[in-house]
Amino acid sequence: MKVGVVTFPGSNCDEDALLAIREHLHLEAVPLWHKDHDLQGVDVVILPGGFSYGDYLRAGAIARFAPIMQEIAAHARRGGPVIGICNGFQIACEAGLLPGGLLRNDHLQFRSMAVTLRVESTATVFTRETSKGALLTMPIAHGDGRYSADEATLDRLEGEGQVVFRYVDAAGHPTVAANPNGSLRNIAGVANATGAVVGIMPHPERALDPLLGSTDGLVLFRSLLALTKA
Amino acid sequence: MTRFTVSVKIVPRHGLLDPQGKAVTDALHALGFASVRDVHVGRLLVIELEAADTEAAQAKVREMCERLLANPVTEDFVIAEIATA
Repeated sequence: MKVGVVTFPGSNCDEDALLAIREHLHLEAVPLWHKDHDLQGVDVVILPGGFSYGDYLRAGAIARFAPIMQEIAAHARRGGPVIGICNGFQIACEAGLLPGGLLRNDHLQFRSMAVTLRVESTATVFTRETSKGALLTMPIAHGDGRYSADEATLDRLEGEGQVVFRYVDAAGHPTVAANPNGSLRNIAGVANATGAVVGIMPHPERALDPLLGSTDGLVLFRSLLALTKA
Repeated sequence: MTRFTVSVKIVPRHGLLDPQGKAVTDALHALGFASVRDVHVGRLLVIELEAADTEAAQAKVREMCERLLANPVTEDFVIAEIATA
Protein backbone atom coordinates (compact mmCIF):
# COMPACT_ATOMS: atom_id res chain seq x y z
CA MET A 1 0.00 0.00 0.00
CA LYS A 2 1.18 3.49 -0.86
CA VAL A 3 0.25 6.76 0.83
CA GLY A 4 0.52 10.19 -0.79
CA VAL A 5 0.95 13.46 1.09
CA VAL A 6 0.14 16.67 -0.78
CA THR A 7 2.40 19.69 -0.53
CA PHE A 8 0.71 23.00 -1.30
CA PRO A 9 2.57 26.31 -1.06
CA GLY A 10 2.31 26.96 2.68
CA SER A 11 1.83 23.36 3.83
CA ASN A 12 3.91 22.82 6.94
CA CYS A 13 2.88 19.41 8.28
CA ASP A 14 3.62 17.46 5.09
CA GLU A 15 7.00 16.16 6.31
CA ASP A 16 5.45 15.09 9.62
CA ALA A 17 2.79 13.13 7.75
CA LEU A 18 5.37 11.45 5.49
CA LEU A 19 7.40 10.56 8.58
CA ALA A 20 4.32 9.17 10.31
CA ILE A 21 3.66 6.73 7.46
CA ARG A 22 7.29 5.74 6.90
CA GLU A 23 8.56 5.50 10.48
CA HIS A 24 5.46 4.40 12.31
CA LEU A 25 3.62 2.27 9.74
CA HIS A 26 6.63 1.21 7.68
CA LEU A 27 4.65 1.83 4.51
CA GLU A 28 5.70 3.63 1.35
CA ALA A 29 4.87 7.34 1.43
CA VAL A 30 5.36 9.75 -1.45
CA PRO A 31 5.04 13.52 -1.64
CA LEU A 32 2.46 14.79 -4.12
CA TRP A 33 3.07 18.23 -5.63
CA HIS A 34 0.08 20.58 -5.82
CA LYS A 35 0.74 21.43 -9.48
CA ASP A 36 0.86 17.80 -10.63
CA HIS A 37 -2.03 15.80 -11.99
CA ASP A 38 -0.41 12.48 -11.05
CA LEU A 39 -1.42 10.64 -7.88
CA GLN A 40 1.48 8.23 -8.50
CA GLY A 41 -0.75 5.24 -7.85
CA VAL A 42 -1.30 6.00 -4.16
CA ASP A 43 -4.08 4.21 -2.30
CA VAL A 44 -4.53 6.84 0.41
CA VAL A 45 -4.18 10.63 0.31
CA ILE A 46 -3.26 12.86 3.24
CA LEU A 47 -4.09 16.57 2.99
CA PRO A 48 -1.71 17.93 5.61
CA GLY A 49 -1.85 20.94 7.90
CA GLY A 50 -0.40 24.35 7.24
CA PHE A 51 -1.48 27.58 5.63
CA SER A 52 -1.94 26.69 1.98
CA TYR A 53 -1.80 29.79 -0.21
CA GLY A 54 -1.46 31.90 2.94
CA ASP A 55 -5.09 31.18 3.86
CA TYR A 56 -5.94 33.98 1.41
CA LEU A 57 -9.65 34.59 0.86
CA ARG A 58 -10.58 31.74 3.29
CA ALA A 59 -8.57 28.85 4.68
CA GLY A 60 -8.53 26.15 1.99
CA ALA A 61 -10.42 28.19 -0.60
CA ILE A 62 -7.57 28.48 -3.11
CA ALA A 63 -5.99 25.08 -2.48
CA ARG A 64 -9.21 23.49 -3.60
CA PHE A 65 -8.44 24.60 -7.18
CA ALA A 66 -4.90 23.19 -7.26
CA PRO A 67 -4.40 20.75 -10.17
CA ILE A 68 -3.77 17.79 -7.82
CA MET A 69 -7.14 18.41 -6.13
CA GLN A 70 -8.98 17.38 -9.30
CA GLU A 71 -7.31 13.98 -9.09
CA ILE A 72 -7.98 13.75 -5.35
CA ALA A 73 -11.65 14.57 -5.86
CA ALA A 74 -11.83 11.79 -8.49
CA HIS A 75 -10.01 9.43 -6.11
CA ALA A 76 -12.56 10.27 -3.39
CA ARG A 77 -15.47 9.77 -5.81
CA ARG A 78 -14.11 6.27 -6.51
CA GLY A 79 -14.29 5.61 -2.75
CA GLY A 80 -10.58 6.21 -2.16
CA PRO A 81 -9.48 7.11 1.37
CA VAL A 82 -8.54 10.72 2.09
CA ILE A 83 -7.75 12.30 5.45
CA GLY A 84 -7.64 16.07 5.82
CA ILE A 85 -5.77 17.25 8.89
CA CYS A 86 -6.24 20.84 10.15
CA ASN A 87 -5.75 22.94 6.98
CA GLY A 88 -6.37 19.70 5.07
CA PHE A 89 -9.79 19.50 6.76
CA GLN A 90 -10.51 23.07 5.69
CA ILE A 91 -9.46 22.22 2.12
CA ALA A 92 -11.62 19.06 2.08
CA CYS A 93 -14.65 21.11 3.18
CA GLU A 94 -14.00 23.83 0.60
CA ALA A 95 -13.66 21.14 -2.07
CA GLY A 96 -17.00 19.65 -1.10
CA LEU A 97 -15.42 16.33 -0.09
CA LEU A 98 -16.82 16.84 3.40
CA PRO A 99 -19.92 18.68 4.65
CA GLY A 100 -19.77 21.96 6.55
CA GLY A 101 -16.99 24.48 6.96
CA LEU A 102 -14.38 25.76 9.42
CA LEU A 103 -14.74 29.34 10.67
CA ARG A 104 -12.62 31.68 12.77
CA ASN A 105 -12.31 30.44 16.38
CA ASP A 106 -15.06 32.03 18.48
CA HIS A 107 -12.50 33.74 20.77
CA LEU A 108 -10.49 34.97 17.74
CA GLN A 109 -7.26 33.50 19.15
CA PHE A 110 -4.91 31.00 17.60
CA ARG A 111 -4.83 27.96 19.89
CA SER A 112 -1.86 25.64 20.20
CA MET A 113 -2.53 23.10 22.96
CA ALA A 114 -3.36 19.50 23.72
CA VAL A 115 -7.04 18.51 23.57
CA THR A 116 -8.99 15.40 24.45
CA LEU A 117 -11.10 13.82 21.71
CA ARG A 118 -13.83 11.24 22.01
CA VAL A 119 -14.19 8.77 19.16
CA GLU A 120 -17.81 8.94 17.98
CA SER A 121 -17.62 6.54 15.04
CA THR A 122 -15.44 3.58 14.18
CA ALA A 123 -17.14 3.21 10.79
CA THR A 124 -14.42 5.13 8.93
CA VAL A 125 -11.23 3.99 7.25
CA PHE A 126 -9.23 6.00 9.79
CA THR A 127 -10.97 4.96 13.02
CA ARG A 128 -11.74 1.29 12.59
CA GLU A 129 -8.93 0.30 14.99
CA THR A 130 -10.33 2.58 17.70
CA SER A 131 -13.35 1.93 19.86
CA LYS A 132 -16.44 4.09 20.21
CA GLY A 133 -16.10 6.36 23.22
CA ALA A 134 -12.30 6.02 23.36
CA LEU A 135 -10.54 9.17 24.55
CA LEU A 136 -7.52 10.35 22.56
CA THR A 137 -5.11 13.17 23.38
CA MET A 138 -3.55 15.13 20.56
CA PRO A 139 -2.54 18.71 19.84
CA ILE A 140 -4.43 21.41 18.00
CA ALA A 141 -2.79 24.43 16.35
CA HIS A 142 -5.28 26.58 14.49
CA GLY A 143 -7.08 29.89 14.29
CA ASP A 144 -9.94 28.77 12.03
CA GLY A 145 -11.27 25.57 13.54
CA ARG A 146 -14.86 26.32 14.47
CA TYR A 147 -16.83 23.61 12.71
CA SER A 148 -20.06 24.94 11.33
CA ALA A 149 -22.99 23.66 9.30
CA ASP A 150 -26.72 24.32 9.35
CA GLU A 151 -28.84 22.51 11.91
CA ALA A 152 -30.35 20.12 9.36
CA THR A 153 -26.89 19.08 8.17
CA LEU A 154 -25.68 18.61 11.76
CA ASP A 155 -28.69 16.44 12.57
CA ARG A 156 -28.10 14.38 9.45
CA LEU A 157 -24.38 13.92 10.28
CA GLU A 158 -25.26 12.82 13.82
CA GLY A 159 -27.92 10.44 12.51
CA GLU A 160 -25.68 8.89 9.87
CA GLY A 161 -22.71 8.47 12.20
CA GLN A 162 -20.62 10.99 10.27
CA VAL A 163 -19.51 12.87 13.37
CA VAL A 164 -16.20 11.11 14.04
CA PHE A 165 -14.55 13.08 16.86
CA ARG A 166 -15.79 15.47 19.53
CA TYR A 167 -13.85 17.74 21.89
CA VAL A 168 -14.44 16.51 25.44
CA ASP A 169 -13.13 17.04 28.96
CA ALA A 170 -10.97 14.52 30.81
CA ALA A 171 -14.11 12.65 31.89
CA GLY A 172 -15.28 12.35 28.28
CA HIS A 173 -18.03 14.98 28.39
CA PRO A 174 -18.44 17.43 25.49
CA THR A 175 -18.56 20.55 27.67
CA VAL A 176 -18.31 24.18 26.60
CA ALA A 177 -14.99 24.46 28.46
CA ALA A 178 -13.55 21.50 26.55
CA ASN A 179 -14.40 23.11 23.21
CA PRO A 180 -11.28 25.01 22.10
CA ASN A 181 -12.80 26.98 19.22
CA GLY A 182 -16.59 27.13 19.51
CA SER A 183 -17.24 24.25 17.10
CA LEU A 184 -20.94 23.45 16.87
CA ARG A 185 -21.79 20.40 18.99
CA ASN A 186 -18.07 20.18 19.93
CA ILE A 187 -17.33 18.58 16.56
CA ALA A 188 -13.60 18.02 15.93
CA GLY A 189 -13.84 15.66 12.98
CA VAL A 190 -16.37 14.43 10.41
CA ALA A 191 -16.53 11.83 7.65
CA ASN A 192 -18.24 11.61 4.30
CA ALA A 193 -21.14 9.21 3.78
CA THR A 194 -18.90 6.20 3.04
CA GLY A 195 -16.39 6.82 5.84
CA ALA A 196 -13.51 6.90 3.35
CA VAL A 197 -12.96 10.65 3.65
CA VAL A 198 -12.28 12.03 7.13
CA GLY A 199 -11.45 15.55 8.30
CA ILE A 200 -9.94 16.29 11.70
CA MET A 201 -8.77 19.61 13.16
CA PRO A 202 -6.32 18.16 15.74
CA HIS A 203 -3.01 16.70 14.57
CA PRO A 204 -2.69 12.90 14.88
CA GLU A 205 0.68 13.06 13.07
CA ARG A 206 2.03 15.14 15.97
CA ALA A 207 0.95 12.54 18.52
CA LEU A 208 3.07 9.54 17.57
CA ASP A 209 6.11 9.82 19.80
CA PRO A 210 6.22 9.72 23.62
CA LEU A 211 8.68 12.61 23.38
CA LEU A 212 5.82 14.80 22.13
CA GLY A 213 3.53 13.88 24.99
CA SER A 214 1.10 11.48 23.33
CA THR A 215 1.08 8.49 21.00
CA ASP A 216 -2.70 8.52 20.58
CA GLY A 217 -2.49 9.60 16.94
CA LEU A 218 -1.03 6.25 15.96
CA VAL A 219 -4.36 4.43 16.05
CA LEU A 220 -5.67 6.54 13.16
CA PHE A 221 -2.78 5.60 10.93
CA ARG A 222 -2.80 2.01 12.14
CA SER A 223 -6.42 1.78 11.02
CA LEU A 224 -5.07 2.06 7.47
CA LEU A 225 -3.26 -1.26 7.82
CA ALA A 226 -6.59 -3.04 7.41
CA LEU A 227 -6.46 -1.88 3.78
CA THR A 228 -3.25 -3.83 3.20
CA LYS A 229 -4.95 -7.02 4.39
CA ALA A 230 -7.99 -6.53 2.18
CA MET B 1 -17.10 45.14 -24.53
CA THR B 2 -17.15 47.64 -21.71
CA ARG B 3 -14.95 47.74 -18.67
CA PHE B 4 -16.86 47.53 -15.38
CA THR B 5 -15.86 47.89 -11.78
CA VAL B 6 -17.97 45.67 -9.55
CA SER B 7 -17.90 45.82 -5.75
CA VAL B 8 -18.96 42.71 -3.87
CA LYS B 9 -19.61 42.57 -0.15
CA ILE B 10 -19.14 39.19 1.53
CA VAL B 11 -20.46 38.85 5.06
CA PRO B 12 -20.89 36.00 7.54
CA ARG B 13 -24.21 34.20 7.03
CA HIS B 14 -26.90 35.93 9.06
CA GLY B 15 -27.48 34.09 12.32
CA LEU B 16 -24.05 32.48 12.47
CA LEU B 17 -21.77 33.56 15.30
CA ASP B 18 -19.56 36.41 14.06
CA PRO B 19 -16.76 36.70 16.64
CA GLN B 20 -15.00 39.52 14.79
CA GLY B 21 -18.21 41.51 14.65
CA LYS B 22 -18.77 40.84 18.36
CA ALA B 23 -15.22 41.97 19.23
CA VAL B 24 -15.68 45.20 17.27
CA THR B 25 -19.08 45.78 18.89
CA ASP B 26 -17.52 45.37 22.33
CA ALA B 27 -14.66 47.73 21.43
CA LEU B 28 -17.10 50.38 20.19
CA HIS B 29 -19.10 50.06 23.40
CA ALA B 30 -15.88 50.47 25.38
CA LEU B 31 -15.25 53.72 23.47
CA GLY B 32 -18.66 54.97 24.51
CA PHE B 33 -20.62 54.28 21.33
CA ALA B 34 -23.41 52.80 23.39
CA SER B 35 -25.95 53.07 20.56
CA VAL B 36 -24.18 50.36 18.51
CA ARG B 37 -26.44 47.30 18.39
CA ASP B 38 -24.45 45.00 16.14
CA VAL B 39 -21.44 44.93 13.81
CA HIS B 40 -20.65 42.42 11.10
CA VAL B 41 -17.14 42.11 9.68
CA GLY B 42 -16.82 40.87 6.12
CA ARG B 43 -14.76 41.48 3.00
CA LEU B 44 -15.07 43.93 0.15
CA LEU B 45 -13.79 42.84 -3.23
CA VAL B 46 -13.48 45.31 -6.08
CA ILE B 47 -13.38 43.47 -9.38
CA GLU B 48 -12.56 45.05 -12.72
CA LEU B 49 -13.78 43.08 -15.69
CA GLU B 50 -14.86 43.33 -19.31
CA ALA B 51 -18.49 42.57 -20.13
CA ALA B 52 -21.05 43.32 -22.82
CA ASP B 53 -23.36 45.16 -20.44
CA THR B 54 -24.25 45.64 -16.77
CA GLU B 55 -26.39 42.50 -16.65
CA ALA B 56 -23.56 40.37 -18.06
CA ALA B 57 -21.06 41.85 -15.60
CA GLN B 58 -23.41 41.17 -12.72
CA ALA B 59 -24.05 37.58 -13.84
CA LYS B 60 -20.33 36.89 -14.17
CA VAL B 61 -19.54 38.26 -10.71
CA ARG B 62 -22.43 36.32 -9.23
CA GLU B 63 -20.91 33.13 -10.66
CA MET B 64 -17.49 34.07 -9.22
CA CYS B 65 -19.06 34.47 -5.79
CA GLU B 66 -20.85 31.15 -6.00
CA ARG B 67 -17.77 29.26 -7.16
CA LEU B 68 -14.95 30.88 -5.18
CA LEU B 69 -15.37 34.24 -3.50
CA ALA B 70 -18.02 33.31 -0.92
CA ASN B 71 -18.35 30.06 0.98
CA PRO B 72 -21.90 28.81 0.29
CA VAL B 73 -21.99 27.14 3.72
CA THR B 74 -21.03 30.09 5.87
CA GLU B 75 -21.20 33.36 3.93
CA ASP B 76 -23.60 35.58 2.02
CA PHE B 77 -22.67 38.01 -0.73
CA VAL B 78 -24.24 41.08 -2.19
CA ILE B 79 -23.18 42.96 -5.30
CA ALA B 80 -22.97 46.45 -3.86
CA GLU B 81 -22.05 48.57 -6.84
CA ILE B 82 -21.49 48.30 -10.57
CA ALA B 83 -19.89 51.13 -12.51
CA THR B 84 -18.26 51.53 -15.87
CA ALA B 85 -14.56 51.96 -15.28
